Amino acid sequence: MAAVNVNPHINTSPFFGAQLRKLAIGASVTLFATIILIAYLLPLGNMTTISLKSQQQLVGSTDTPILPMSAKVFVYEDKEYEVFQVPMQDGTVKPLALVRKGRQDSDFVDPDNPDAGLINWQGSWRTLEPSFVFEPHFENYPRAWELLDFPLLFKNTLVIALTGMIGTLVSSICVAYAFARFPIPGKNWLFLVLIGTIILPSQVTLIPTYAFFAKIGWTGTQLPLIVPHFFANAYNVFLLRQFFMTLPRELDEAALIDGAGPLRVLVSIIIPQAWPAIISVGMFHFIFAWNDYFGPLIYLLGEPQLQPISVGVQVFNFQYGPNPELIQATSLMAMVLPLLIFVFAQKIFMRGVVITGVEK
Amino acid sequence: MSPTNSAPGSASLEASASGRPKRSTLQQQQRTWGWIFLSPWIFGFFAFTALPIVASLIFTFTDFSLTSDQPINGVGLRNWQKLFSDPLTIHSLGVTLKFALIAVPIGILIPLGMAALLNSKYLWGKRLWRPLFYLPYMVPAISSVFIWQSFLNGQTGWLNRMLRNFGFANPPNWLQDETAIPIALVLIGTWGVGNAMLTMLATMQGVPTELYEAADVDGAGPLTKFRRITIPMISPVIFYNLVLSVIGLMQYFVIPYVITRGTGNPNQSAYFFNMHLYKTAFTFADMGYGSTLAWFIFIIALALTAALFATSRRWVYYASGD
Repeated sequence: MAAVNVNPHINTSPFFGAQLRKLAIGASVTLFATIILIAYLLPLGNMTTISLKSQQQLVGSTDTPILPMSAKVFVYEDKEYEVFQVPMQDGTVKPLALVRKGRQDSDFVDPDNPDAGLINWQGSWRTLEPSFVFEPHFENYPRAWELLDFPLLFKNTLVIALTGMIGTLVSSICVAYAFARFPIPGKNWLFLVLIGTIILPSQVTLIPTYAFFAKIGWTGTQLPLIVPHFFANAYNVFLLRQFFMTLPRELDEAALIDGAGPLRVLVSIIIPQAWPAIISVGMFHFIFAWNDYFGPLIYLLGEPQLQPISVGVQVFNFQYGPNPELIQATSLMAMVLPLLIFVFAQKIFMRGVVITGVEK
Repeated sequence: MSPTNSAPGSASLEASASGRPKRSTLQQQQRTWGWIFLSPWIFGFFAFTALPIVASLIFTFTDFSLTSDQPINGVGLRNWQKLFSDPLTIHSLGVTLKFALIAVPIGILIPLGMAALLNSKYLWGKRLWRPLFYLPYMVPAISSVFIWQSFLNGQTGWLNRMLRNFGFANPPNWLQDETAIPIALVLIGTWGVGNAMLTMLATMQGVPTELYEAADVDGAGPLTKFRRITIPMISPVIFYNLVLSVIGLMQYFVIPYVITRGTGNPNQSAYFFNMHLYKTAFTFADMGYGSTLAWFIFIIALALTAALFATSRRWVYYASGD
């Protein structure tokens, strides 16, 4: 880029000067981006450290160590004594176990050499820094896993997400095919209505829909979270239609001449060419279902054995109150699968986001 | 949206080169198939969008309640009158609109800044950054609320630890403090800007480089180029995200609901309109008044969207001239 720059400052400076300048800008921009990214992802670090702490390590206020640290103790003559960082006369600092607490002087024992007996130290032991050891509590994860019945939550979430995904894929593909390929009168107008539903606030349809599901006895089941997805969704139709329209028509027309019906064209010509878009839609739905909180909250109220992960985790928060370490462990476990999907398919996923967001 | 209306069957029809009657039957057949493929959406649109909208409007004139077996009675405009005398409705609407006033601009500026940063030609390792900045968007809402809850903890949260290290002796207790909680919610919201950032970035990458080269010739600096070229060229995407973010805020629920455990406290400073709607309709089972609340926020959202569309003529630039 700098080569085409006709800015006099750059053109008159020697070549290596421009190169160096570019390098310096590159380094500072990248450093800036790194700082922003670290700040942006910092809460994840907070989560991880808390999820590894024991209840005891969480006690305390502003001075609690950030990492899962425990006070170091030393067993001396069958009793536990706390270890402190003690400044010695020769200027070094030694970790010593406090055996006798005194106001003016205290007695310590050296954990490395307990046979040497007590060491008297002059000064107030309260001014000493306690010694900590790194002690992560990985058992928080299995504990939260069992307390929360994660296998059940996973199963429920997967049932809701995968059946809904099939529903939205089948229906959205059909509808997108209709919009992309068939001469339907008033098609553009219908398409505008479809897009309009994207900006419709969902509350306005909420209560009658809920009342309807209650009337037919579907509240307290997972059906209201699944069945509506069998009737296409504006985002998905939009994405698929955009993709279908980029596919060459010659292939479908050739198949039509060969006597294939429209369904056959869809299944054996359109779909095999549209995998990227179809995978995006599938992932969008999966992530949506994994995230959906409000739907399960109202339809599965009081049905813990049917609840998906989003609501189940929240119930845990309400019931177990001050167990931050377990809550952070569950937060992490609840996000592993969506993050893995994203890591493995981020290109396809982000391309889908761009198509729905940019081309409107 | 480009119109696409050359009849799809036409090429094959010409190929078969048959007479008029056959053409019209084929055309007819194509239309029928079109309607068949469209039918899931048509049905879904009526069942889950059109009819419920009408039904909820009708409910606003009734005392419909799911818990009682009594027949539904018409109550005239009573629910609508209650709307303006119910202090909680007015309060929660105020909370929502005031929050939108801070959250909407920030919700545009942050992804815009990130996109500009990631679009910088000087940035090293470009491909790596995009997924990393997008990552928090993939964290399920419920997890992200819990994560932020501990990050914003007044005593041990990392944010306040850092603030204290930087010399702020008494940083606010973000989630317990009436004036701080909107800022806390905005901070949590920064994890939701992934899609906006991605769409803005993709559009920035599509801005023709000739425009920047021409500006270079004229001696324009990077800021001028950003303001005069980038912003106008990506204005449709900014506008689209603006509309989505306004609509999204009118439906704002999960984060304040979980963080305040449904109470909206401290002092109901985080009692958003939809929490009120949820309580009315599902805790107190007052579906008539709940529908009125839903229609009320629907009207407000429509008005705001219409206002945005009205202003968009002045600042949104459509290159294709549609």
